[in-house]
Amino acid sequence: MNNNELQELIGSWFPNPEVTIASVVVEENKESSDLSTEKDEEKITTKEVINPSLLSFTEEGSEFLTIVVKPEHLHALMNQLKSNPKTRFDYLYCLTGMDWGKELGIVYHLESTVYRHQLVVKVNTEDRENPVFDSVCDIWKTAEFHEREVFDFFGIKFNNHPNLKYLFLTEEWEGYPLRKDYVDEVNMVIK
Amino acid sequence: MKTETEKIAPTATNTNFKSEEYFINMGPQHPATHGVLRLLLTIDGEIIKKVEPDLGYIHRSIEKMCERDSYQQIVHLTDRMDYLSSHINNEAVCLTVEKALQLEIPDRVKVIRTIIGELTRIASHCLWWGVMGMDVGALTTYFYGFRDREMINDIFEETCGARLTMNYNIPGGLMWDIHPNFVKRTKEFVAHFKTKIPEYDRLLTGNIIFQKRMKGVGILSKEDAISFGASGPVARGSGYSCDVRKHHPYSALDKVTFNEALKTEGDSMARYQVRIQEMWESLSIIEQLIDNIPEGDYKVATNAVIKLPKGEYYQKVETARGELGVYIVSTGTKNPYRVKFRSPGFSNISLLNHIAVGGKIGDLVATMATLDIVVPDIDR
Repeated sequence: MNNNELQELIGSWFPNPEVTIASVVVEENKESSDLSTEKDEEKITTKEVINPSLLSFTEEGSEFLTIVVKPEHLHALMNQLKSNPKTRFDYLYCLTGMDWGKELGIVYHLESTVYRHQLVVKVNTEDRENPVFDSVCDIWKTAEFHEREVFDFFGIKFNNHPNLKYLFLTEEWEGYPLRKDYVDEVNMVIK
Repeated sequence: MKTETEKIAPTATNTNFKSEEYFINMGPQHPATHGVLRLLLTIDGEIIKKVEPDLGYIHRSIEKMCERDSYQQIVHLTDRMDYLSSHINNEAVCLTVEKALQLEIPDRVKVIRTIIGELTRIASHCLWWGVMGMDVGALTTYFYGFRDREMINDIFEETCGARLTMNYNIPGGLMWDIHPNFVKRTKEFVAHFKTKIPEYDRLLTGNIIFQKRMKGVGILSKEDAISFGASGPVARGSGYSCDVRKHHPYSALDKVTFNEALKTEGDSMARYQVRIQEMWESLSIIEQLIDNIPEGDYKVATNAVIKLPKGEYYQKVETARGELGVYIVSTGTKNPYRVKFRSPGFSNISLLNHIAVGGKIGDLVATMATLDIVVPDIDR
């Protein structure tokens, strides 16, 4: 599948409930004849702005189609991406923890060994004190080690992870080294 | 109240020990772990119940160092990850930077990179073969493997001055042109090594003791290989076609024909045979290219300070151990915002528990040898 087909299919799994409401509003306005044409146009523009899916898609600044998903939809989306016979993303080849400055997040690089199409999924949270996402260990076994690595270096916790403890760092380590605000004057050489 | 065992093994406190099960430490200085890798084994007699790798003994946080360095400097850090595939690691970063800058790389560079990449793969597999034999008690293989690897290292030394951590690649091309002797010596090596792989087979592959230790041990199914993110010979021993050189060709690999070594058994013997087969394929790739190195520049000029356009870039290459991914996030400055190395060893070690449980400790050593672990590649 090419990126457009993927976007259409995956977007349809998470329809935005506001879209149906918006279209109803537009239709109602069209029926009532006393409204000026200007208002009609306004309504139509608003309708176009609303994303038809709860997921947001972009191809900007990356060679892959990128989906940004809300944390509460993450696990359902991932499960569907792997098991749906049209997508079959069975190979999670890279799982990256990210500190975007204000937000913390994870980037998943997926590939289908059947169709050989690729996809990037991103999930972010603004909670830097206690960031939590759903684990995808039950979908791809490789996620177990990768998520432990993210836990080490970003302090991001994972729900339903079978063995969430430090993988590289010692147990008494303080702070999360790959976060942008991490300071270690002894071990870090800053230029 | 903690039991005596739990006091010794603080990280194994979640395990419910039965009276006959106990815990031993393998590593971090065990000779079979080939580096500072510690395995926490839960065993019942000699049967393994659980293997838990304890990583991080040589973790240097290369990803964090990359955020501080320029793009030229990052290249030099990567050959300290998987030091046996140093050239290919360097190439991965250079390809990512070149992709981001949309640089047109001369064909000469592409061909030289591919030839040296395949020589690197053979050298790595030679070392693996020698050490593999040693791990199962055949010390002789070690000397044969190192003898042949030495010839490749000599070629590297003449080409770029370094034998192991080469730094021959730079963003935009190569550090220097090849040495005038390069073609001659590479051909000599290919002719020499063609007579040596059958010798390897006669010495080790057909040996009945070796076969008994390899066949049917450490079985990994194709589904699990994909789910665990396995790559390289480990995955191809399970019949999972994952060669990056085939599916996402880079450099001059789209100009050559070669077969992807595949075995379907999924046991230690299959992983062994895949690597032996790969040495033949690498020789074939080198032979196709060595007489046709195009004339031209050995690099294209880049700015002294490289700034990647804002965006995200991903490049994967096939190292001797599997798929290495380089993920660079740039905000348009002279340093990357974030660099992630998806190393093949990290994913491959995560499946060790899965394939070792139920086997014996002796088999664990043999199984680990067929995973071809390089610890700095896992720890980064």
